[in-house]
This record gives sequence, structure tokens and C-alpha cells, in this order.
Amino acid sequence: MSQALPMAGAPANTNKAGLTKNDYRGNPTTLCQGCGHNSISNQIVAALFEMDIVPEDVMKFSGIGCSSKSPTYFLNRTFGFNSLHGRMPSIATGALFADIKMKGIGVSGDGDSASIGMGQFKHVMRRNVNMLYIVENNGVYGLTKGQFSATAEKGLHLKKQGENPYMPVDICMEALVSNASFVARSFAGNPKQVKELLKAAISHEGIAVLDIISPCVTFNNQENAFHSYAWGKDHEEPLHEISYIAPRNEIILEREMEEGEIREVAMHDGSTVILKNLEKGYDPTNRFEALRVMEEAQRNNWLVTGLLYINTAKPTLTSIYNLVDTPLNSLTETDLRPERSAIDKVNALMF
Amino acid sequence: MNKKVNDFSITVGTKNGSGSSTANNTILRSIFKMGIPVSGKNLFPSNIQGLPTWYTIRVNKDGFIARQETNDIVIAMNPDSFARDLASVSPGGAFFHADDIKQDITRADITAYPMPIKATVRNDPNIPNDYRDLVGNMVYVGVLAQMIGIDLDKILAALTFHFKGKQKPIDMNFNALKAGAEWAKENLEKKDPFHLETMDKTDGLIMADGNTAAAIGSVFGGIQFAAWYPITPASSLAESLNDYLPMLRKREDGKHTYAVVQAEDELAALGMTVGAGWAGLRSMTSTSGPGLSLMTEFAGLAYYAEVPVVIWDVQRIGPSTGLPTRTSQGDLTFTHFIGHGDSHSITLLPGDVYECFEFGWKSFDIAERLQTPVFVLSDLDIGMNQWMSKPFQYPDTPMDRGKVLTEKDLEELKGNWGRYLDKDGDGIPYRTLPGNKHPMSAYFTRGTGHDENARYSEDAEVYLKNMERLKKKFQTAKKYLPKPILHKNSKATVGILSYGSTENAIFEAQHQLANEHGIQSEFMRVRAVPFTDEVTRLIEKYDQVFVVEMNRDGQMYQILLTEYPQFAAKFKSVAYQDGLPASAKWVREGILAKYEKQTKAAVKKTASKTKAVSKSKKEAAKKSTRKTAAVKSKTSAKSKKK
Repeated sequence: MSQALPMAGAPANTNKAGLTKNDYRGNPTTLCQGCGHNSISNQIVAALFEMDIVPEDVMKFSGIGCSSKSPTYFLNRTFGFNSLHGRMPSIATGALFADIKMKGIGVSGDGDSASIGMGQFKHVMRRNVNMLYIVENNGVYGLTKGQFSATAEKGLHLKKQGENPYMPVDICMEALVSNASFVARSFAGNPKQVKELLKAAISHEGIAVLDIISPCVTFNNQENAFHSYAWGKDHEEPLHEISYIAPRNEIILEREMEEGEIREVAMHDGSTVILKNLEKGYDPTNRFEALRVMEEAQRNNWLVTGLLYINTAKPTLTSIYNLVDTPLNSLTETDLRPERSAIDKVNALMF
Repeated sequence: MNKKVNDFSITVGTKNGSGSSTANNTILRSIFKMGIPVSGKNLFPSNIQGLPTWYTIRVNKDGFIARQETNDIVIAMNPDSFARDLASVSPGGAFFHADDIKQDITRADITAYPMPIKATVRNDPNIPNDYRDLVGNMVYVGVLAQMIGIDLDKILAALTFHFKGKQKPIDMNFNALKAGAEWAKENLEKKDPFHLETMDKTDGLIMADGNTAAAIGSVFGGIQFAAWYPITPASSLAESLNDYLPMLRKREDGKHTYAVVQAEDELAALGMTVGAGWAGLRSMTSTSGPGLSLMTEFAGLAYYAEVPVVIWDVQRIGPSTGLPTRTSQGDLTFTHFIGHGDSHSITLLPGDVYECFEFGWKSFDIAERLQTPVFVLSDLDIGMNQWMSKPFQYPDTPMDRGKVLTEKDLEELKGNWGRYLDKDGDGIPYRTLPGNKHPMSAYFTRGTGHDENARYSEDAEVYLKNMERLKKKFQTAKKYLPKPILHKNSKATVGILSYGSTENAIFEAQHQLANEHGIQSEFMRVRAVPFTDEVTRLIEKYDQVFVVEMNRDGQMYQILLTEYPQFAAKFKSVAYQDGLPASAKWVREGILAKYEKQTKAAVKKTASKTKAVSKSKKEAAKKSTRKTAAVKSKTSAKSKKK
């Protein structure tokens, strides 16, 4: 099969894994037409296809909510677990111990992560679990018909709810202060950036948080709302252009780089993310700078998108456990049950 | 004065955090090494330092080692509980007290012995200031050893074990202890009746606590993943995993075949456990009541999505925070029905330290075979106290990994399989594990309604079919669960059903009921819910079945009523709890309070025979009862040996 592989960058129906894009698709969506989540699902399909990742080498997870339904709409050939509201991180944490070579993709929402699941959200960051953590962020609870979520901005008006009296939670800020090793934000209406950030996040070893503002077309898409298409398009402030370069390919830029400062970030799997800074001197490896930029954005009502922070030096959760090379879930009795003589040893220790 | 040999209780009153546990365990272990059946129970407060705490030891030559409600010997080291400790001594008992507690001895019906604790440690230049209070506890061990006859060699063995052979602390403690013993020899006159004499009844036995045993059992069960959150009285179970895994699962390459994660809370603890169990690891968590409350939602998910996990609940008293350091059997109906909607979970009921070990490994086989959460209900008494036990035995069956399809299986099936399809008719479906590279292996797990192929479904028929299959699986479970233990008695006229740590109290109560009240009973200790056929047979056999348990509402009794409505009138609930380990007294009194003299069998008998039973016959019956009881107690002590 590998002989027939097309040249990198050349248009082809199959990727280096010998699979077509169809092999990455899921069931037809049951979300609303025009929902930003669907666009994200499509980019996940595209990203994994383009990265030649075999679907069986991935596990996908979600919690509860509109966003958490979306893992059904991509990667049908991938083991998936649609768990409990706000509890996706713990399910993923346990499951990813079973085979540390597998990639984890978690999809959550603002209700799922910023409210009921805030505790697990923070702890999966500090443990640096090796997974992509997508928050499809629309500022409302869709499935329960339009209540405010914790990321809704103060003063937002919704039909039934009236005015939101509380300050919003900023997913990226929370991730950053919880020591996440990869923090990025994008906008569902900017599919190209979503895809590039997805690729970078999947290549990252450790927790990669991707907060994607994904407007709810049904309950929260007023022009003045923070999580709307109109607002997002007007207020989006890309930190930098990103190009993701797959490890085996030559570095081919999808379009010519503009002038300005360029910074390359090497990923653990050998790939490289090139960031073209729009703001002079923005350094995504500088956590202090990331916090400053986010604070500044908040004060100016900017929607900062792009890779806000990356740290490739932090060990992942499973790496600190010094596990055997064989996936734990393929070990057998010989590996797992101590030998017969061990029982005498134990009894001797019992006084 | 009549000598009382190897049959009394000792209670030590100290301040929490004063380091008395080393001293008390030393007493317990040295009596054990003298071959005398013994138990020790720590009755401690939820506190780090300062509050009164007690340790009670029961010595009994016949093997009756349940907690005794009377205190023959009391050692008072705590001024705050002095008056209460003094009042608790049984008439004719002995009262050892630190002589620096300047309070009056107001009782003449007991023997009081002052002990120069502080003076003794102060006089020893080898004891650093910081250690004086700790080592001071050894002085009372020395005085007691001298006065009741604990063998100093055995004490040295216990100390050597405790300090893992480290000479310095062994010497420091043993010297203080010897000083106490020597002082007592020269200054105290023995006036109480209590003596220890060497026996051989503990030969071949080990001494351990249930949490350690559960952890070791889990290691032999091939545990691969544990996630937990600290809670009394369960913490030491997970901590013991960290103690024993590196030793018992050591590999030449130094790599690990397991992971133990301390989670941020119990929700995450069970969440991680379910994630790992789903992905094919032998996975467990350990907690107690309040933690289990938090785990409830995940337990329901694991039940419905059919994920194998093991959940240890080392029970303490609720409701709510309750009495966090007191024992209980209050979570049985909770684990049985755990989760919203219709759900039934498997509950295993270890009765002693050995069964904590045994269920430690068996629970994984059961969970993976049935693809469902398995709850193991231990309690604080078993979990945290040191118990005599028969030695742990190597698992006698190979691991049962249940119905898992590999790539090869899927190849043969041409990918034609359904995650929730009841192919074998036993309610247990087949599963695949992440990492299986067959393109048809993956399925989508969910807590929402699903069809046989794990697809989302709200269809009424599909829902009903799936729920009926789950019900069938619960029936199939009986085949794989531990059978109850029946303590036969051919003369019995009533049955006793119980579970967990009440066994010793029931043995003793049976003995008393037979000897003092002429009530012969047959005792079955249930080891799992759902009930197996053996339980049905016992219930069928007797007109009165006493259900003995440590909770207020009779939780096993409630489940029995539901499972056996046709026998409802037979069940008599003997339920009681106050946070203390079971005693023969409350078992006996509870049974007597509900006992109906005229059983149906008895009515038939008396009707066929003459109305009045002659006095001599009654006497004869009593005598024979006593004999069997004595024989029984012997065998029960023996059965614990290897």
C-alpha cells in the first residue's frame, strides 16, 4: 500500500494510511442546521485524514450537551465514550492509560466544561493528560433550550432568560492558569484556522485545549452577542497565522508567508508549527505574555484567536507512570498475577 | 479469688494522636503470638490530636473474639476521660492509671494500680525529650505485661515487626517497657484475677487488617488501574496498593504494569476507573459512604453502559458525614439499588480479613465476566483493625477476562457483531477493547438509550429489550458469585442470616442462646447479593429467620422481603447500630426480643406428644446443648487455622 502513496501535498483520494476521507466520517449530524459544531466536526475529519492518523488509533470522548453529541458525527471507526455531564476528563484520563500510544480527542461544551465540569476541566489540565480537549463554546445551553452558560458575557439578553447578571468564565484563561501545556482559541466561522489548530493540537503531547467559539444559531446568534457569527467575524483578532507541517512532508506552505516575525514550534512527533506573529514579538511559549494578551483582549472586547500558549517540555500524565511498552490492556495473566511463591512472601509480612 | 485465664477484655483510654497505637498493637500482637485467640479494635474519634480515644482487646480461649461490652481491665492514660474510664471497669476488674493524673479513685469494688509513666521515661537518659510521650505508652504495656503475664519475648517480636527490625526504636521502646515491667514487679501486688497462659490456638494464623488484605488480593487479581480520593476508613486500602504493587509486580525492566491515581474527588475517581475499565483494564476504586454518594451517577452509567469496575466501600456510619470513624453496615440497600432508574448492582460481602483478600482478586473476575460494576462492602471494623486470619491463599482459578472479541474473532465473524447483542442467551454481551485494530471493532459507548449495536435509540421496543436483558444478566450473575457460608447445626429450630463483620458476635450469641435459653440456631453468612439458591434453602427450612445486621433499618431484611415475599412472615429483623463493632450482647438480646417460642414445628411436636415436658428432659436438653456449643466453638476456632 505504501508504494502507491501519493506525493505529499498532491491531491488524492487516499492518504498515507491508505484511507479515504470517508473512513473518517461519522453519522449524519442531528444538530441544528448551521450549527458551528458541525463545521468543527468536518474539520476534525479533514485534519485526521490529512495527518494520516488511523481511526483505530484514536479514542474519542465527550460529556453531555450539544457539543458532546458531536463525536457521533466524526470518526465512526474510532472507539468513543459519550459519558456524563462535565465528566469527560475523568473518563478520558482512565481510558488513555489502557494504551498510551493512542490519541485522545475530547469534545466538550461551555456548559459541560465551564460549569458542572469545571473541577475536572482544571484537573485534567494540571495532570497534562495526553489529549486534545475541544470546547465548542456558544455561551448557551442548547439541549435544554437556551439558558445562559458560564461563558456568556455579562449583560447578554436572551429571550426567555432576560439579562445575564454574571461575569463570564474564559476557557483559555482557566486552562492557562491551571497549567495547561497547549492553549488555543479559534472561531468556527474560520474553518481553515480551526483545522490548522486541530492539527497542531493533535501533534502536541499533553493536554491541548482548543476553545472554539461556535455560535448557536438557534438560541444565541444575535448580532451583538459575543458568541455570534457576526460578532465573531468583526471582533476576531488573530494572534498569528498558523501553518501546520506534517513530520514526513517537506515544508510546503499553503500560501506565501507574509512579512513579519516567524516563530517555529517543534512538536513531539517531529512536526512543526510555524506561527506568524501579527503582534510584534508575541511569544506563545511565554505564559506571562499569554496571560497579558488575554487580559488585554478581555478589556478591549477582542476575540483573540490562534495559539496562545505552548509548552512542549512538560511530561504527560502517563509518561510519569513509567509504564511497560505493551499497551496495558493487552497484558495477560502472566504479566499481571504475581507468581505462586509471592503468596508466602506476603503471608510472612503479615506478622 | 478465682483465676480468670485467657478470658477477659482490656480497654486502653488515651488521647488521640499520643502515639498509643504502637503500644496497643504490641499488646495485641504479643498475645496473638502466645497462641491465644485475640482481637483488637480501635474506637477512635474523627480528630488528629487531643480527643479521647480507646482501644479494646478481647482475649478468649474459646475463640469468641467479638467486642465485649464489659471492660475487665482498663488502662487510663487520659485525664479527660479518667472518670469515664474508671466508671467503665466491671466490678472485680482492674484499673491501671498514670500516676500523674491526680484524680480520686472512687471505687472500692475494683483493683487500682498506679503507674509511674512520666517518672520512668524521665529517668531514662536514652529517650530524647520529643519521644517521651510516645515511649511513655510502652511503660503501661510493661506494667500490664508484668501483671497479666504477657511474654516479654513475644513483645520483642511484636516490636521488631512493628519497627521493621530497626534496632534503635526497638531498643528505646523495649527498654521503657522493661522498666515498666520491673517497676510493677517490685511495687505492685497482684489483686485482680486476670492471667494469660500460652496456648496453641493461633498456630499458622496471620494477623492483618482488611484494607491491606483487599489491596494484596487486588494485586493477585491483576489490578491495572486504581483511582481514589482520601476518605476514612478507606484510604489505607489505596495506600496499601502503593505499598504492595511495587514489590509484588516488580519487573526486570523496572517498568510498571499498573497505575494508581489520586483523583480530585470521588466523581473523578470513579470516572477514571470507569474509563479504564471500559478500555480493558482491571480497574477499581475504594471509598466510603459519602464518596459513594458522589459516585452514584457514574455507577449508573457503568451499569447501563456495562463497564466492568470494582468499587470497594469500606463502610462508616451515615447519614451524611455521620460518625466518620465508626463502623457500620449501612450501605447495603444503597449499593444494591445504586443509580436512578431501574438498576441492580452486584454486591460482595466479605466477612473477615481473609475474604477481603479473596474478594480482592475474585471481584475482578466477576466484574469482567458480567461487565458490570461490582461493589465490595467491607467496613471500618474489618478494614482498619488487626484481625487473626488464616493465611492468604493463592487464587485457585485462572483469571476470567470475560467475553472480549479480538481482531481474530472479528475476522471470523466478518465484523458481524453487536456490542449489546445477547448472543449466548445469558444476558452477557460481547465487547471489544480500544486498541483493537479491526475496522469493525469500534463502537460508541453511551449512557443514553442504545440498541444491540450500541447505536442511539429512543425506540420503546429497543429500550424494553435491553432492560430485560440487563435483568437477565443479574440473574446469570448468581452463578459467578461467592456462595454463603453455612454453619450447620442439626438441632437448630431457627435460622440466622447475616453478612460482613458480625460473624464473631453471632457465634458467641448462638452459644449463649443455646446454653442459657435453649435456642438452637443454624447460621448462614451471606457473601453476595443477588442471593444464591443456598439462601433460599435456609429460609425454606426454618419458620423464624433472624436477619442480623449493623444498621438502623434492617437493610438486608428489606432486600429479603422484596426477594422472598412468600416468606415475609419468617423474617425477623435484628438490626442495630451505634457505631461500635458488633457484640454478642446485642445479637443475643435482639434475637430474644423477636423470638417466638412456639414455632410451627414446635406446635406440631407438642401436639403429637404430651403437653408438659418433664423437668428432667429439659435439663438433659440443656446439657446436650452445652456440649454441642463447646464443640462448635472449638471447630470454629480450628476452622480458622490452615
